[in-house]
Amino acid sequence: MTMHQGRQLTLRQMEIGQTGTVIGILGGRGLMRRLEALDIRPGKKVTKVSSTLFRGPVTLRVDNAQLAIGFGMANRIIVEVG
Amino acid sequence: MRILLVGNPNVGKSALFSRLTGIHIIASNYPGTTVEFTKGYMKLGEEQAEVIDVPGTYTLEPTSKAEEVAVEMLKDGDLVIDVVDATNLERNLNLTLQLLERQVPVIVALNIWDDTRHRGINIDVAKLEELLGVPVVPTVGVTGQGIKGLVRRLPEAKVPKTAYSGSSSDERWARVGNIVSQVQSLSHRHHTWRDVLEDVSDHPVGGVFIALVVLLATFWVIRLIGESIIGYVTDPLFEWLWTPLLMKVSLALGSGGFWHSVLIGNLIAGGIDYFQSFGLLSTGFYIPLGAVLPYIVSFYLALGILEDVGYLPRLAVLMDTLMHRLGLHGYAIIPTILGFGCNVPAVMATRILESRRQRFIAATLISIGVPCAALQAMIIGLVGQQGGQYVAMVYGSLFASWVIIGLILNRIVKGFSPELLVEIPPYRLPPWRVIGEKLWLRVSGFIKEALPIVLSTVLVVNILYTLGVFDAIANIAAPIVSGLLGLPKETVVALVIGFLRKDVAMGMLAPLALTVKQLVISSTVLAMFFPCVATFVVLFRELRTRDTLKATGIMVAAALIVGSLQNLIL
Ligand SMILES: Nc1nc2c(ncn2[C@@H]2O[C@H](COP(=O)(O)OP(=O)(O)O)[C@@H](O)[C@H]2O)c(=O)[nH]1
Ligand SMILES: [Mg+2]
Repeated sequence: MTMHQGRQLTLRQMEIGQTGTVIGILGGRGLMRRLEALDIRPGKKVTKVSSTLFRGPVTLRVDNAQLAIGFGMANRIIVEVG
Repeated sequence: MRILLVGNPNVGKSALFSRLTGIHIIASNYPGTTVEFTKGYMKLGEEQAEVIDVPGTYTLEPTSKAEEVAVEMLKDGDLVIDVVDATNLERNLNLTLQLLERQVPVIVALNIWDDTRHRGINIDVAKLEELLGVPVVPTVGVTGQGIKGLVRRLPEAKVPKTAYSGSSSDERWARVGNIVSQVQSLSHRHHTWRDVLEDVSDHPVGGVFIALVVLLATFWVIRLIGESIIGYVTDPLFEWLWTPLLMKVSLALGSGGFWHSVLIGNLIAGGIDYFQSFGLLSTGFYIPLGAVLPYIVSFYLALGILEDVGYLPRLAVLMDTLMHRLGLHGYAIIPTILGFGCNVPAVMATRILESRRQRFIAATLISIGVPCAALQAMIIGLVGQQGGQYVAMVYGSLFASWVIIGLILNRIVKGFSPELLVEIPPYRLPPWRVIGEKLWLRVSGFIKEALPIVLSTVLVVNILYTLGVFDAIANIAAPIVSGLLGLPKETVVALVIGFLRKDVAMGMLAPLALTVKQLVISSTVLAMFFPCVATFVVLFRELRTRDTLKATGIMVAAALIVGSLQNLIL
């Protein structure tokens, strides 16, 4: 991964409407596989659509699809914003 | 010849299945509608081919039980129709490439083709076909467009020459990216009504507001339609057509005797009382057709609209935090809502949950706290006569039990509960024809399945009653029922019959002249106590023996505790 290019954040920390590129997933093989099947993987551009109150899920747009991701998982997905 | 419909969740596999086989099955706008395969037949040339609607999967390396079923079924297919969502080409093609690596002939149905245009997506179909090495046919599942072409080209399905077997997932994604960049071009898309609606319902505050409006409106519509059907259709029909007929039969049978009591039941004040007479032709017909059917129609109409519009996954996102406390995640709200119709499909739908722990908790909570439409219709009919606040007491007790037992199970059940990770489908305006077909499917299913069981149950009740079996049961259970729950010992019989049909069991409470308090207690206990036999069977299938017994133990204990508390407090 190239460094110094942008800020690195978790999905949770992203602002609503912000777009970033996934650069890593902190978690085991199982989590990686579940996310990968939904096309969330390093290199992929994602846009945060909303977050929910009380540690609820984050929703994202990946290409034309919209996905909801639990709070804990959202904390383990690292993106780089430009 | 066996043809499999394989693809991501919510891409229109079930819609295509209906088109190909003429068999209508439930299709809804959220991932996980089909958790079990459905089989049908179509003519292919001279041959009769078997068509199977496989549960949706994102990958052939399964991550949930529904996906496992899908991968398992691939082994026995002669031909795969890979259903691809044309508006999400990249993710869908990843599964396509995985399919192409298996030595099975594939044809691609490029579905939801109608949606590509106003999303500004242009796909070069010929180029895609060339790159994949298998036929690609654009289709629209809801209208049937392109289906003929798909059927015509089925024989061309093949294993591509360039199949890259055993490629790593990175290599596969790279190939997908390469293909997509060659075949797809994006142009400007218009901001539409649904973008606006999606934005509002994804907003944390706007979303809660919309959820409240949607749920209240849903309850209101269900009640309004249910009551209207009863008031303007079924009750008049029973009163003006069926009652006079039964009175003639009653006279012909000499107003008494064995056959009279089986067919007509007891005459109440010289006439037929559909809740109390308890004959096969009186109460036996009235419960399913007069009391329950109107609410089945109104409930499934409302559910069908919510499902097809695509609202339920958004509700799941909002409910996620609460459901977490219960050891589940937001998506468990979908089986739960299905349970308000019937617990059988609800327990089956718990397969969309990833872990065994979640499925156990969800199935147990549904069996305890979610009364089916048939039971609800009878509760509204009987308890509602005494006043709406009593119905609210029953629902309040059930909801409180659902939450409290969930909190407890989350503490004590071992295992792992993964978090919510789900695709939120776009809002869609479902064609009325599609809504109507689905409603008819569910209503006729209810009539076919429930009517015979209700009639047999009423018959069994009559026979056991004549044989005096009930008195024996009532006497044995009397200490618990009278002591703990404060109910007359005859209510035991209704609780026992609840195992067969809960609506009939509610009906058996009618002649007992219970006080309002007793009515509230007995309906609550009846709802929680034990699943009906049909639910029990699927519990065994989904949870296996040990967990089913555990779940049942929890239900019985919870029912007794809640009933006793009500007895103390009310
Ligand atoms: N616009 C559009 N909607 C479709 C099409 N095919 C299916 N649908 C809708 O998409 C949703 C999912 O369809 P379903 O058959 O249940 O998908 P499955 O989960 O793959 O079986 C339903 O609401 C369908 O009415 C299509 O070609 N175009
Ligand atoms: Mg389906």
